[in-house]
Amino acid sequence: MALNRTDVENIAHLARIAINDEDIAATTAKLSGILELIDKMQAVDTQGIVPLAHPLETTQRLRDDLVTESNQREAFQAIAPATQEGLYLVPQVIE
Amino acid sequence: MHDKTLAALSQALQSKTISSVELTQHYLQRIEQFDQTLNSYITVTADLALEQAKAADARIAAGSATPLTGIPLAHKDLFCTQGVRTSCGSKMLDNFIAPYESTVTARFIEAGAVTLGKTNLDEFAMGSSTESSFYGPTRNPWDTERVPGGSSGGSAAAVAARLCAGATGTDTGGSIRQPAGFTALTGLKPTYGRVSRWGMIAYASSLDQGGPMARTAEDCAIMMQVMAGFDAKDSTSVDEPVSNYTAELNAPLKGLRIGLPKEYFASGLDAATADAIHAAVKQFQTLGAEIKEISLPNAELAIPAYYVIAPAEASSNLSRFDGVRFGYRCENPSDLTDLYKRSRGEGFGDEVKRRIMVGAYALSAGYYDAYYLQAQKIRRLIKNDFLAAYEQVDVILCPTSPTPPFKIGEKIDDPVSLYLTDIYTITANLAGVPGIALPAGFAQGLPLGMQLLGPYFSEARLLNIAHQYQQVTDWHHRAPAGY
Amino acid sequence: MQWEIVIGLEIHAQLTTASKIFSGSATTFGAEPNIQASLIDLGMPGTLPVLNKQAVRNAVKFGLAIDAQIGTTNVFARKNYFYPDLPKGYQISQMDLPIVGKGFIDITLDDGSIKRVGVTRAHLEEDAGKSLHEDFHGMSGIDLNRAGTPLLEIVSEPDMRSAKEAVAYAKTIHSLVRYLGICDGNMAEGSLRCDCNVSIRPKGQEEFGTRCEIKNVNSFRFIEKAINTEVQRQIELIEDGGKVVQETRLYDPNKDETRSMRSKEEANDYRYFPDPDLLPIIIEAAFIEEVRGELPELPQQKRERFQREFGLSVYDASVLSASREMADYFEEVQKVCTDAKLAANWVMGELSSLLNKEGLDIEQSPVSGSQLGKMLLRIKDNTISGKIAKMVFEAMAAGKGDADAIIKSQGLEQVTDSNAIENMLDEVLAANAGQVQQYRDSDEAKRGKMFGFFVGQAMKASKGKANPQQVNELLRRKLED
Repeated sequence: MALNRTDVENIAHLARIAINDEDIAATTAKLSGILELIDKMQAVDTQGIVPLAHPLETTQRLRDDLVTESNQREAFQAIAPATQEGLYLVPQVIE
Repeated sequence: MHDKTLAALSQALQSKTISSVELTQHYLQRIEQFDQTLNSYITVTADLALEQAKAADARIAAGSATPLTGIPLAHKDLFCTQGVRTSCGSKMLDNFIAPYESTVTARFIEAGAVTLGKTNLDEFAMGSSTESSFYGPTRNPWDTERVPGGSSGGSAAAVAARLCAGATGTDTGGSIRQPAGFTALTGLKPTYGRVSRWGMIAYASSLDQGGPMARTAEDCAIMMQVMAGFDAKDSTSVDEPVSNYTAELNAPLKGLRIGLPKEYFASGLDAATADAIHAAVKQFQTLGAEIKEISLPNAELAIPAYYVIAPAEASSNLSRFDGVRFGYRCENPSDLTDLYKRSRGEGFGDEVKRRIMVGAYALSAGYYDAYYLQAQKIRRLIKNDFLAAYEQVDVILCPTSPTPPFKIGEKIDDPVSLYLTDIYTITANLAGVPGIALPAGFAQGLPLGMQLLGPYFSEARLLNIAHQYQQVTDWHHRAPAGY
Repeated sequence: MQWEIVIGLEIHAQLTTASKIFSGSATTFGAEPNIQASLIDLGMPGTLPVLNKQAVRNAVKFGLAIDAQIGTTNVFARKNYFYPDLPKGYQISQMDLPIVGKGFIDITLDDGSIKRVGVTRAHLEEDAGKSLHEDFHGMSGIDLNRAGTPLLEIVSEPDMRSAKEAVAYAKTIHSLVRYLGICDGNMAEGSLRCDCNVSIRPKGQEEFGTRCEIKNVNSFRFIEKAINTEVQRQIELIEDGGKVVQETRLYDPNKDETRSMRSKEEANDYRYFPDPDLLPIIIEAAFIEEVRGELPELPQQKRERFQREFGLSVYDASVLSASREMADYFEEVQKVCTDAKLAANWVMGELSSLLNKEGLDIEQSPVSGSQLGKMLLRIKDNTISGKIAKMVFEAMAAGKGDADAIIKSQGLEQVTDSNAIENMLDEVLAANAGQVQQYRDSDEAKRGKMFGFFVGQAMKASKGKANPQQVNELLRRKLED
């Protein structure tokens, strides 16, 4: 399926990725090419086939309800871009 | 020293012919000497390596060594290593000092192995050439104008150039097997769930699997013994007993049924590779194997299905890179959306951004059924193909890639042509079955790879078959000129 | 035009577990920022979720309590959106295959009638962190302690027709999850939060109107006010020729208005897909039976039993079974005093007003159930009158000991000795000789009115301690003389 500029802008927004204006054309062409490759599977009749999400089709193990973690805030925040008083900082959230 | 296989080095260490410190220093010196050109390492952890080597020598002296104690290894730079940068080949994680250790690397540390450093890869393992790394492309030691394959190309080049005794890789669509094929190495992609994914930074969670890359099947068996096993921290880890991989290497191949999928030998396969595999077929026959043509009828659908499923999962897996808690953050974000868009837009490379966008699109309202669900149904068809094949044969033999290693830059502007190089490897990931790549010969000095695919949890058998083949061939002993 | 209000609620109940739904971090409320945020909660690269068994058990318990089908194969999906309190960029939730399917719950309305409300589904998911909007140099601060706390999202059918019904439903769910011990129900701490879907339609119309979702209403009072405010807004909007736009709104209790949420303005495309890091959860029949065995008596069963066993009215039985603590308290009182109606009257009367006045929960009551029961025994055996009992009760509430001790130390025993009462009455009548004469001269109707005066005087003279029945009887006899 061929995408247009607006499609690409919408997808980029959905994925929160900034694209420079001058790159949109090239991105659109490349994404369209990939979708064309993907679209080859549209020809296949898969009616009645159960989708496969996990190769092994096993089931989820359950963990006992135990607290195993301790405070490592200092170590974790040492690699954070911006923190203050133990909080991660982001531009003001408006609700 | 570096000529020796991992198995031989292990013996030399145990018999104290060499010390781990000597060996580690030797590899560090070689990295110094060759890696300027090859760019197989992103980070070299010389101090850590020497410290570990010292401890390993003490452990060997104390008589409590394992076969890997003192062996210098390298790890693909998407296994988290505590206190060491874990970059995923991305600007996004250029400043990311992992605050914890992956299960795989923790197991190697526990076994006493030495970590020489972290190897280069396609950014977030998305690629087949190791060209999309933020740290520049890795070169193939067999021909430095060519790619080593990918995404575990740094590991492949490092092992092939004897800049480590063995290395870890990960395989989402062929990222262990294809680079192994491109560099004349042996590489094992285990059954999905056999090796823990804890601490292995995800590309596509239902496809990713870590595995060993080394010179020989025996080396891979030694490494795999440490890597494999249940891990309660990974819900998809399988609680199955682990085979004794080295003990089973010597089983005879008599009566082994090998299938050749006709779809994999059709048009598009390089003639030299086809010839090499046919020659290997003869060797296997000599070893007592029976050869049978089989069919994997949905194989050609694997690429479209894979390039929906992997990007879809990736688009979600990579959402956590938002400039808030770790990793790259853009300068002076004007608001929250700007923080997200520019941090991600500037932090990710082009191929990663493309796959995230393809994945987001495939999951978005109105397209989910046609793309994601359809891909999962095809995934079922592909798995069924394998199940049917393993009714008839024990293993499947086929090429690892349609061509020998291509030139750096050759496919970089054409993502689709690069995707097509995964055609023989991605079916195993979609089905979750194990596969081992091993050298099958050379054409004009370039390695030709082949792979054996087996049923679930047949790693021991695959290693055994590859090992038996390597007892009667010497492709795996050849070294690239100058290394 | 006559409008009909249609309301459906989505209630998020934090499940009481020691650790988070997918990590081993503690879930304790009120910890310092980010000290309960582990690698997994922070969404560190390479980390993976493992499901907490207790969360599953709690969800199944809820499902059984509302007679729902348990999703014996249920699946976690990722809900993808970017928000700073959502570390992974997706919330692990359930979409197509939830753990709890269709069920129902009966609510008691103010008039004592019972209404059945459908529960569409209930699913497990992880809670998000919190954004703190205090000014950090123009920035917001993110605390991820809450991220990963297990939530059960309980989605009702659009069955409620007034704000009062919605509140009754919310209270019933609140009571149920507390009965089950799966959620502490502390709304002030956000343990139970409510999204209200509100729409209106002309009476008689089948088709639903366009709904608005009011997010995160965190008290019963606000549920009622928010819905009424929103209904009013929608009516005015439509009657002015406008149209309701489907959107997410926020209730501002200070201004008593709802307003559109700017951050959620754009249409979200959550791109749900099965979480590849988690496998399908299979709930075995044996597990369901095990959980069923752990179910306590539920509010509805308790209410019915209170009616049946104790002969209480629907209303009394509903009030007394509204919370597990209330019911336990009542049953304790009843057990000690063996008089359910007396117990009910006191629990719903004096005790409730005391608790209200002091702002206490019943489990914090200064008077224990057995203390109250013992006091009621003293009413029953005529040691004290109802009036004196109120004094004793107050003394107990003030921590002055058990009823018997208070009665004894303050000399509050009822006087039942006929001679003593007669002597006392003689004195009262002598002191009021004029009125006695007047009484005797009056006709029957007037006498009735005057009789109360003498009773009052007599009780006053005895400081309330004379047995009222005896006083009545003896007084009547003496006045007839």
